[in-house]
Order: sequence, then C-alpha cells, then structure tokens
Amino acid sequence: MIISNPGVLALVQDMGRIGQHRIGLTVGGPMDPFSFHWANRLCSNSENSTAIELSIGGFSAEFTQDTQIALTGAVVDIKVNGQAAPMWHTLTIKAGDVLKVGFASEGCRIYLAVQGGFPVAPQFGSTATVVREAIGGLDGHALTKGSVMPLSPWQPQPNLMMPEMYRPYFLNPKPLRVVLGYQEASFSAVDKANFFSSDYTVSERMDRMGYRLTGYECRSSISNMLSEGISHGAIQLPPDGQPIVLLNDRQTIGGYPKMGSMIARDTARLAQMTQGKTVSFEAVTIEQAHAINLLSRHHESKIQLKSTD
Amino acid sequence: MKIEIAGENALILYFSDQVNDESSAQIQAMIQALDAKVGNGIIDLVPSYASLLVIYDDDIYEYYAMCQLLTDMAKQLGNQDDQGEGKLITLPVYYGEEAAPDLEELAQKAGLTTDQVIDIHQGQIYRAYAIGFAPGFAFLGQVDERIAMPRKSTPRKAVPKGAVAIADRQTAVYPSVSPGGWNLIGLCPVLMFDPDKTPSMPLETGDRVQFQAISKEEFLAMGGQL
Repeated sequence: MIISNPGVLALVQDMGRIGQHRIGLTVGGPMDPFSFHWANRLCSNSENSTAIELSIGGFSAEFTQDTQIALTGAVVDIKVNGQAAPMWHTLTIKAGDVLKVGFASEGCRIYLAVQGGFPVAPQFGSTATVVREAIGGLDGHALTKGSVMPLSPWQPQPNLMMPEMYRPYFLNPKPLRVVLGYQEASFSAVDKANFFSSDYTVSERMDRMGYRLTGYECRSSISNMLSEGISHGAIQLPPDGQPIVLLNDRQTIGGYPKMGSMIARDTARLAQMTQGKTVSFEAVTIEQAHAINLLSRHHESKIQLKSTD
Repeated sequence: MKIEIAGENALILYFSDQVNDESSAQIQAMIQALDAKVGNGIIDLVPSYASLLVIYDDDIYEYYAMCQLLTDMAKQLGNQDDQGEGKLITLPVYYGEEAAPDLEELAQKAGLTTDQVIDIHQGQIYRAYAIGFAPGFAFLGQVDERIAMPRKSTPRKAVPKGAVAIADRQTAVYPSVSPGGWNLIGLCPVLMFDPDKTPSMPLETGDRVQFQAISKEEFLAMGGQL
C-alpha cells in the first residue's frame, strides 16, 4: 500500500509495547483501543494485528494488491475510487484501488486495518510507533507521502459489519471516571470538590502524550517531589493547576503531583475528543472501576458482527 | 513501605520520601521478587528514586489480592540482609572544552576550577535510580553538592548523543540527540541505548556507575564523535 497523503498524523500501531518501562520505553498503541480492536475483528485478524491510526484524517493511499480492509473510530467520510464506502464494514479492495479518508466530524482517531495485519517487524516486541522515541512503525517515524506499507498475502475472509447499536457515540456527555490515588491527599477538600464538579475544556495541547485541560485551578500542597512511575490515565497537576491526563505516549516517570488516574474505558473516550470539547470528572472507587471493566468486557463479548456477504 | 492506588490496575509503593541507598536496595529486591510474574499477572514495573509502580492485570489479580501480595513480599524481603550492590559500570568521559559547553560556567558558579569539577564528578560512585525521560536515559545520583547546578533557564533544542550532564544533584549521559536543559560537562563514547542490541542498555536501575576521564584521542578511538 502506497501512502499518497498521510493526512494530519498516520501511525503504525499494534496494542502497544508492554514490559519495557524499565529501559524508559513507553507503551504507545491505539488511543482508542475499542475502535482499534473492532477494525481488526472486521478483517478477521488476531487481537494484536498491526493497523494504522489516523488522527483527524486527510489520509489517502493506493493498494498494490487485492485485500480486505475496515475503518472504524471517529465519524469520517471514506471513499474507495471516489465511491462512498461505509465505516465499521469489511471492504473488499482490488489492486490499484484508491482509499481516501476525509476529516473527522465526530471524534478524531480513525483505525485502518487490513486483512492479516500489516506485516511490520516489531521492535521491543511491538510495532507501535512512538515518534518521540523514534521506535516502532516503519522506521520510528509517522507515515509520510510515499511510505510503502507491506501487505499480508490475501486470504479471503467473510465480509462483516458492526451493527450500529454497538458503535461508540462520541458526543456522549458522560463524565470521565477517575480512581483517586497517588498524591490525592495533597489536594484540599475544596479543590477536590471543585475538580469533580467543574467543567473542563480540552485545550490545544492535546496529543498522544497527554491531554491538557483548562478550567478550575487545582493545586497540590506538594511543591517538590521525587519523580515516580506514571500509569496510563494519570492526572497530573503542575503548578499552574491545570490538569494533564497522561496517555499512550507519556513519559514513564515524572515529578508532578497527581490526583489519580482516569480509567482506560474513559481515556479511550477522551482521546477521541478535539480542542474545545467540554468534559467533567467523576470519582469512582477501585471496586467500581473493576465493576465497570467487567461489565464492559461482558458487553463486548456479546457483540456479534453481522455478515454482509 | 506505603501503598497508594496509581490507577484502575496499578499500585505505587513508596519506600521513603527521599533518595537513599536503603530504599533503592529495597526497590531492587522487590523487582527481583516480582520479575517472575511479569507477563504473568504483572504487566510492567517502573522503579524510580524511592518508589516502584506496579502495573498488574486486573483480570488475574483483584486489587486487595495485589495489595496483600505486595505487602507480604515487602515484609519477607525486609528480613533479608542481602542488599544487592548492583553491577559497577565505568563510563569513559572526554571532559575537553569542545565536548563540554557548560563546564566553564558551572565551575565559575561553583567557585571551582574546571579540573576540580572534573575531579569531583569522576571521584565518586553514582547509583542509577531511575530510567525514563527518553529510552535509555538513566538518572544517576547523588552528585556532590559542590558541583550540583540547576537546569539551564533555556533548554537546548538539541543536546548531542553521549552528552554527560548535571542537573541539581543528578548526572546522566544523553542516550540520543534530544532537547534538554541539563548542564553539559563532557561526552561519553559508550552508546547508552542501542535498540538493535540485547540488552539495549549497558546498565539497569540499581547499578552503580563511575566516570573516568579520557583524552580526546581515546575518545575518538572509542568511536566518539566531535
């Protein structure tokens, strides 16, 4: 597959680089793992197959062989040879076909999977591209005009679609759930109450490392602390009091006080938000977080893709 | 040891609120004890100055079970006398002028000669407390107070690969070209991170490091570039 336009940001991703924090490597991987997972499933791929994450969109590419593909995630117009094609469907592609992805109207992360996954050599056990580390992907970088993505030999698979009722709804105003932890005791009761009852706005500083939100200023009583390990979704509050939710490409250690961590179900929703969107937080206990995860996994296990053959 | 929640599937263990060899040894002992479970219920471990982040698979371990496991493990290890010294690694450094753009200024501010700064820097053994910031970037401490120096007010856009640097009471070797605000006092010809090599780093957290001054000729002969 030859990339004629990478758009805003096109990155090779699998589920991420696990177990390498000790040499300073972050996880990477899909910002919205739900959409990533179903892009692969629609192509009858295994769980950790390599796909492409597009941020915002504007991507186009030409296929060099027959295959099947699927696009999921943010709501975006897609065209194959100029003809509108549906998202959340397996699409049959012929050699020479041209795929064009428009710009997302709801959400901002789009996943392109191909049958068999893109056969890219893993680095440290993963193909996930982390641009800051120059690790993963084709050569540690984002895809550019002229990049050639290898394709797997095509083995025809059933054409499937995900029924609309299961697809994510990106305008869901549900609060983002947070498990309190880390230095939460260093925030005053007033600050905490305000943190969990105010609206915050997604700022222009939102990328794969983290999302900076603006709103009520929440300050820790700790001014100087030792750097420590940062978990996925950790909410860091630097001296300016504006929260930064740390995501897939975060640094593995850091020295700002943290309120706790957003649950992964909700970082996936946050990662689909663009600048200017309003969000709010809700504190949940660790038991509630586990219950939410169990229930979500249960629901996902019930999703049945429909044949379109 | 204190345990705090760090996320829906992560706990952070605090061994001390300051940097010291004792908590560093405890962290290393915990890592060794937990290593067998990495990939098997434990997803990853992130050691730092006085803490250890444990990320676990919440499909396998429930929160209370993980707390219990870590508490029991720490108790057991607490009774051991073996503190584990870690490997001692010697890193050669060329402290020459063209390799050390901030050495002169640092010496001036510290009220020392550049030779004195070099002697103090290579005159002690450091411990690798944490690896992060960039792949292979090891935070080594504690730098002698006489040559401790805050970060530069304006960070450089590109610090060269191999730069030996000081920030406050920490010292490090930049593993690759990256932006950075540390004070640059030399260049090390040893590659600190090589993704094509196993292991990809010459050291790991808990190891000890000593710097050794080399001449320009030795630096170049070891593959260093100016």
